[in-house]
Amino acid sequence: MGNLKINHNMINAEKAAELTKLCPFGAISYENGKLDISSACKMCKMCVKKGGGAIDYVEEEEVSVDKSLWRGVCVYVDHYGDKIHRVTYELIGKARELASVTGHPVYALVIGSDLGDGINKLLHYGVDKVFVYDSAELSDFRIEPYTAAFHDFIEKVKPSSILVGATNLGRQLAPRIAARCRAGLTADCTVLEMKENTDLVQIRPAFGGNIMAQIISTNTRPQFCTVRYKVFTEPKPNAEASGEIVKMEISDDKLTSAIKVLSGVDKPKDIDISESDVIVAVGRGAQSETMRAMAAELAELLGGVVACSRPLVEGNIYDAKHQIGLSGRTVKPKFIITLGISGAVQFAAGMKSSDCIVAVNTDKNAPIFDVAHYAIVGDVNEIVPKLIEKIKEAQADVQ
Amino acid sequence: MNILVCIKQVPGSSNVEVDPVTGVLKRDGVKSKLNPYDLYGLETAIELCERFGGEVETITMGPPQAKSIIVESICMGAKRGTVLSDRKFAGADVLATAYTISQGIKKTGEFDLIICGKQTTDGDTAQVGAEVAEYLGIPNVSNVLSVDDVKDGKVFVTASLDEKIVKMEIALPCLISVDGDINSPRLPSYKVKQTVTDDMVKFISFADFEDRNEKHYGLSGSATQVERIFPPEKNSEKSSIEGDAEAQAEGLFALIKNRKVI
Repeated sequence: MGNLKINHNMINAEKAAELTKLCPFGAISYENGKLDISSACKMCKMCVKKGGGAIDYVEEEEVSVDKSLWRGVCVYVDHYGDKIHRVTYELIGKARELASVTGHPVYALVIGSDLGDGINKLLHYGVDKVFVYDSAELSDFRIEPYTAAFHDFIEKVKPSSILVGATNLGRQLAPRIAARCRAGLTADCTVLEMKENTDLVQIRPAFGGNIMAQIISTNTRPQFCTVRYKVFTEPKPNAEASGEIVKMEISDDKLTSAIKVLSGVDKPKDIDISESDVIVAVGRGAQSETMRAMAAELAELLGGVVACSRPLVEGNIYDAKHQIGLSGRTVKPKFIITLGISGAVQFAAGMKSSDCIVAVNTDKNAPIFDVAHYAIVGDVNEIVPKLIEKIKEAQADVQ
Repeated sequence: MNILVCIKQVPGSSNVEVDPVTGVLKRDGVKSKLNPYDLYGLETAIELCERFGGEVETITMGPPQAKSIIVESICMGAKRGTVLSDRKFAGADVLATAYTISQGIKKTGEFDLIICGKQTTDGDTAQVGAEVAEYLGIPNVSNVLSVDDVKDGKVFVTASLDEKIVKMEIALPCLISVDGDINSPRLPSYKVKQTVTDDMVKFISFADFEDRNEKHYGLSGSATQVERIFPPEKNSEKSSIEGDAEAQAEGLFALIKNRKVI
């Protein structure tokens, strides 16, 4: 933490022009012989590094947090009744890895009502303790009582890091509780690592996914992050249950809310592309009606689903729920084949952790080939029909 | 009913490239625009005022140039707006941004309803709204699909949770974040633009705030720090399937069989 200090004695019109150009955010301006840094500044410190001493970074003294008081890597258990969202297991797997660096325990936090058998399932994933808040006031997700229970847990247990699934629920709860703790929160992390001093290294795509940012909270605890479903790998459950269930008490008067849930209906069962093991993804280079029909046929033959890149959603060719990418869904299938997709980073960020990526594109310089395991420089219109034919022949032979 | 809409100025294109050698963002010729997700929030607010009366105001945090999006919001139907702008706000993470906005809101006036868009297209975190609500001590609901009614000091909304579509009543004042694509935002009126005067856009800086502890704002008030930025990694293990279309289709077919996809 600190501030930028301009060494005005070093500034002349030439230097000012150089600095103005240096700033990637256009935050440096030079007017009436005075250099100024506006609030567009993102503290990237490019001007400090490359400004030749014209701008200095001044550290501020700070009160430091006693990190040894905060122990444990905690996963918030995202669930509906006794149905646990699978992102929870993925996060527990990651939490175990992170905790092994520092020797911290792994915790799971459950907030809800009438939780049934779901909690016991958690004991097969290698958590040390499952903390449970069970109250009728917590039956529907409402922000204030959930935040209150979460905060009660943090005050009593003091976990060092907290991982929350980036579901609709998690994206509301995590910021609210992080703000209450005056603590850092990093959204949509794609990589998590642990330092020996218990600082959680959080890496996420920034600026529309064009660069990766590595983020840490060196002076606040707990450290919060959210992670999307299918970013990490779900561990296999252990046959033996282990760990302990800890019932937590909170008085009902702390669980009041200005929100009343009037009714809830199950969402219509939509195709969820992130659930499929095989994906045929269609981009601008394959948007013709014939190609789309072939993509659908190929997907069916491979037992998968059709997905697409952003331009096809914006062009109203596919519904938004088919979209892969930062502004769409993150997918991690066993096999994905991209047809005519150039692979802007915002698309790649949504699929690059897939097990096997095959890209077909006519442009050999398309960025999709940077993430693909198998590159096919060629025309989808020629290759796909031949491929379909071969698969059909093979299946006919079997029968 | 007085409604405040939180808006943000974002880069006009998300195709910001990074020079792999210097790590510098290439932003040549990238223009700014009003965050597209905020348009749905603005439209929701304006429609509510048309139905139930009241006024829409907007607020943003950013450099002085962010004035242009306040003007744009006025052209859509807001009555006035505020730019929170100060060097001391620079380098803010979610925590410090939300705190700054909450301080700005306290300074701006009393609102029954605060509306945010789902997320911005540059930060992409979708977290600031909920943190602002926490700082203001009011309830918040995200992923709102429609605002169905306002009566008896309550707002009735339909919101999307992960498995369910939920109808809720929320006591005012409260904060809601609306999803994208829930309405058709109106276009800014050119006619109104001719009538926008300077006094419709207010600037608030650090010195105007109730809390003037510098450590609560900007980089100093941020709990997270960016340790480094780097270009996304390329996949190292890769091979290509060469030949004419027939050979490529054959190679791909063999791969599909090998990977046991079929």
